[in-house]
Amino acid sequence: MITVKEVKRSLLVSLWFVFLTFPLMVIKVNPYERTVSWRWSNMVYVAIGTFVISLLAKAWFVRKERRMARQQDSCHARIPIIQRILQRPGYRYPLAAFLLGAVLAFPHLFSTYQANIMTTALMYIVLGLGLNIVVGVAGLLDLGYVAFYAVGAYSYALLNLHFGLGFWTVLPVGGLLAALFGVLLGFPVLRLRGDYLAIVTLGFGEIIRLILENWNAFSKGPSGISNIPRPGFFGLEMSLDQAMIYMYYLMIGLLLVTIFVVNRLQDSRLGRAWLALREDEIACQAMGIDKTRTKLIAFSLGAFWAGLIGVIFAAKTTFVNPASFTFMESAIILSIVVLGGMGSIVGVILGALILVLLPEYLRALSEYRMLAFGAILVAMMIFKPEGLIANVRRIYCYQGRKSNTALKNDE
Amino acid sequence: MLELKNVQTSYGNIQALQDVNLTIHAGEIVTLIGANGAGKSTTLMTISGIVPCRRGKILLKGQEIQALSPDKIVALGVCQVPEGRHIFADLTVRENLDLGAFLRTDKAGIKQDLEYVYSLFPILAERRHQSGGTLSGGQQQMLAMSRALMARPQLLLLDEPSMGLAPLVIKQIFEIIKAINKEHNTTIFLVEQNAHQALHIADRGYVIENGRIILADSADKLLNNPDVQKAYLGI
Repeated sequence: MITVKEVKRSLLVSLWFVFLTFPLMVIKVNPYERTVSWRWSNMVYVAIGTFVISLLAKAWFVRKERRMARQQDSCHARIPIIQRILQRPGYRYPLAAFLLGAVLAFPHLFSTYQANIMTTALMYIVLGLGLNIVVGVAGLLDLGYVAFYAVGAYSYALLNLHFGLGFWTVLPVGGLLAALFGVLLGFPVLRLRGDYLAIVTLGFGEIIRLILENWNAFSKGPSGISNIPRPGFFGLEMSLDQAMIYMYYLMIGLLLVTIFVVNRLQDSRLGRAWLALREDEIACQAMGIDKTRTKLIAFSLGAFWAGLIGVIFAAKTTFVNPASFTFMESAIILSIVVLGGMGSIVGVILGALILVLLPEYLRALSEYRMLAFGAILVAMMIFKPEGLIANVRRIYCYQGRKSNTALKNDE
Repeated sequence: MLELKNVQTSYGNIQALQDVNLTIHAGEIVTLIGANGAGKSTTLMTISGIVPCRRGKILLKGQEIQALSPDKIVALGVCQVPEGRHIFADLTVRENLDLGAFLRTDKAGIKQDLEYVYSLFPILAERRHQSGGTLSGGQQQMLAMSRALMARPQLLLLDEPSMGLAPLVIKQIFEIIKAINKEHNTTIFLVEQNAHQALHIADRGYVIENGRIILADSADKLLNNPDVQKAYLGI
C-alpha cells in the first residue's frame, strides 16, 4: 500500500503546486483601489487538493501495474472490454441492433436541439474516421485536414451559387474535388516524414484558408457565402425542425457507409500496405509495395470523407466562411483520433462523441468549461495514452510449453 | 541473370559506387564482401531500385531495370532482405509473411509457400500470432528472409544476414540460405561482412573497396587469396 516514501513525494508535489499557483491563486491585486489581498485559504485548498490527487494517482498506477502482472496469466483481459464484446457474435448483433434502434429513435425522444448537436457529433465522427485513414492507419501526420473539409464546403457553396447545382449532385463532386486536393497535397509531401510532413500539411491547411479569406472575387472573402440551400428530399417542403431531423438521418446513413468502407479498407490489401508503410518504408519497398501510390491513395481517401462532410456542413449551416476552417478544427479532429485510439473505429466514434458533446454539456460549468475540458484531456493522456479504446490487433499469449495459441481472430 | 554495367550511385555529392561491374548467373550464390562503407549495401539498394542509379546499366535477364521503381523490380522477381532486417514490428509474424506475398494473387501458391517457410523455420510457425518486434534478433532475421521468400523471388538479395547474431545462429542461417538455393533454384546475391562464412557457401565472390570492385573470382580462390585473407578473413 502507500508507503512513507510516496507520502513524502506527494507532499513535495503539493508544495510545488502551491509555489506554482501562488501568484494566481493567492495574490489578488485590485488596480482600482490599489490594494493587494492575500487569499491564504486558497493556498491550503491547493495544497490539500494536489496532495490527495497525487496520492490517488500513485495508487492508481500501483493498481495498474498489478493488473498488468495479472494479465500475464490471462490474455483476454488485455483486450479492451468493448472489443471483447464486439468479438462475440452472440453479443455483437443484439448490441448493434440496440444501438441502431437508440440512434434512430434519438430525435424523437429528445429535442431538435439535441438532435442538432448529435448531427454535429456525427459529422466529427466521420471526419475522425477519414483522418484515421491518414494518421491512424497509414501513419502520415496530417495537420491540415481541415483544408479538405473547406474544399468540400466551398465546392457546394460556389457550385450552388454560380450554377445552381443541388446538394445531391455536389455531394460526390465535393468529395472528389477534395480527393483531388488530397493528391495535390500528397505529391509534394511524398518524401517527407514525421515532423516535416506535419509542418507542410499545416501550411497547406493555412494556405487554403487564406486563399478563401483573401480572394474576394472567388470566395467572397471573410463575409462568406450565405443562403446555401438545405438538402432536398424529392422536392418535399420541410420545416426547419424537419430539415434538422432529416439532416440527422442523413448523417446516420453516411456514418454507416463510412464505417463499412473504413472497416473493409483496414482488412484489405491496401489496408495492410498502409500498416506496412507506417511501420517501415524501406521494407515496404523491398516487398514491392508502391510507396507513391499507397500514400497518395491514403491522402485522397482521407480527403474524400472530409469533402463529403464539408458539403454536408455547408448544407447544414446554410452559410460558409473561412472562419469555420481554422487550424483549431484540424486540431480537434486530430484529437478525436488520438483520444479515441489510433486506428480503432470504435475508439474514434467514442472520441468524437466525447470531444464534441462534452463542451456542449459542460456549458453548465460556464467559464470553467474549457478548463475542465483541458483537464480531462490531460488526465486521459496520462492514464490512457494509447487512447480510449486502443486498437489491439492481435493478442499473443504464452501458455506454458504449447506456446502459440493466440486469440484466433485472423484465421 | 543479373548484370551490372559501369553502375555509379551517389548520395548527393558523395559517390558511393564507381563503375561497378557484376555478373550473376542463374542458380548461383554470389557474394559481395568488403569493409564498412565500401558500398556493399548501396550496391543492393541500387539493384532493388530503392537508391537511384546515376549512371550505367542494370540488366535483369537482358532487360534494363535501372530506371524502374522498386515495386516494379520486385514484380520482376528480385526481392531484397534489407540490412538490419526491417521487419514490421507491430504486425504479427503471419502478417509480415502475408506482406511478403503482397504482389502475388495465387492463393494456393501463397499457402504452399507459407507451409514451406514454416517448414524451413518451425519457430516462426510456432510464433505466427506474435508481433514481429517481440522476436529475438535471430528469429527476426529468419522472418525477414521468410518474408522475402514469400514473394517467390528468382533472385534473392541478402544484406548481411549474419549481422548481430550468435555464431550458432549464423551457421543455421547460412545452411538455410544454401538449402533455399538448392531446393528452389533461387539465385542468391549475398552481401556479407562475415567473409569467411559467405565464401564458404558461395560459388563466386566479389570484393568491393571504396565503391570499386577490386577482385572477382571463384569463392575457393578468394578464400585462398593472401590479400583477401589478410584484409577480410583475419588470417
